[in-house]
Amino acid sequence: MAFTGGLAGFYSLRPELVMAAGLTERIRRLSIGTSAMAVLTWLTVIVGTWVVYPWYREDIPDSPRSKLLANPDTKDWHEFAMEWKEHVAWIAPMLAIGAAFLVLYYRADLIRNPLARRIAMGLFVLAFLCAVVAGLLGALITKKAPVT
Amino acid sequence: MEAARPPQTQAVPPSYQGRPEGPAAAALLATGVGSLVLAILVVIAEANESFAMSLAYSDRVGPLSGKTIWAVVAYFGSWAILAVALRGRRMNLGVVAIVAGVLLALALVGTFSPFFELFKPD
Repeated sequence: MAFTGGLAGFYSLRPELVMAAGLTERIRRLSIGTSAMAVLTWLTVIVGTWVVYPWYREDIPDSPRSKLLANPDTKDWHEFAMEWKEHVAWIAPMLAIGAAFLVLYYRADLIRNPLARRIAMGLFVLAFLCAVVAGLLGALITKKAPVT
Repeated sequence: MEAARPPQTQAVPPSYQGRPEGPAAAALLATGVGSLVLAILVVIAEANESFAMSLAYSDRVGPLSGKTIWAVVAYFGSWAILAVALRGRRMNLGVVAIVAGVLLALALVGTFSPFFELFKPD
C-alpha cells in the first residue's frame, strides 16, 4: 500500500496534474513516504540478516536450512530460493535510498525535471521489486520449513 | 495620489536549468557501485571457499555478514567520494542513469543464484 501511494505520488507529479498550491503538500508527502520506505527497507534487511537468518542457518539438524538440504525434493528451496533471496534483498535498500535522495534533493524541481522524476520512480519501483522477490521467497521458504 | 505599481513577480531566468545534476549522479552511481560490489563478492565467495570463510565476520551469519558489510561500505564510501567529486557539476543525468542501470543489471545477474552457482567448484 505504501508503495502504491509512492508510485501514485511520482506518477501524478506532472505540471498538468498538480496546481501550484498543492505542490508543496505533494512534495512533503512524497519526501516523507520515500524516506520512510528507505528506512524501513534498511531495517528489514538488517533484522532479516542479523536476527532471523542465523536461526535459519543454525548448524543443527532441526534448523530450516538443514531440513531443506536433507531432502532432495526441497534442497532447491535453499540452493535457489534462499541463496537468491539473501543477496537480492540487500540491493533494495540502496535503491530505496537513491529514490528518497532524488526526491529530497530536487523537491519541487522534480515537477519541472521529468528525467529526474522518471529516474527516481525507476529506483523506487526496482527497490520494491527486489523487496517483493525477497519477501515472497522468504514467505514460501518459511512455509516449507518454518523458523521455530 | 500614488501611482499604480506593477505586481511583484519573481521571474524565472531564461537560463534556469534547475539544480546541478552532480549530487543526483553521485547517488545514482553509488547505488550501482554498492550493488555491483555485493554481486562480485557473492560470485568470488561462491568460487572460493576460503575467501567465503574470510568474509564470515559473524559465526552466526556466516559469509553473508562480510559480503553485506563490504557492499554497504562500498555504497556509502563511493557515494561520499562521488558527492565531493561531482558537487555542483552539471551533467547529463540520462547518461549517468544508463551507466548506473548497467551496473545494477550486472549486480542483479551476479546475485541471481543460478548464475553465481555456476562458479561453484565441483
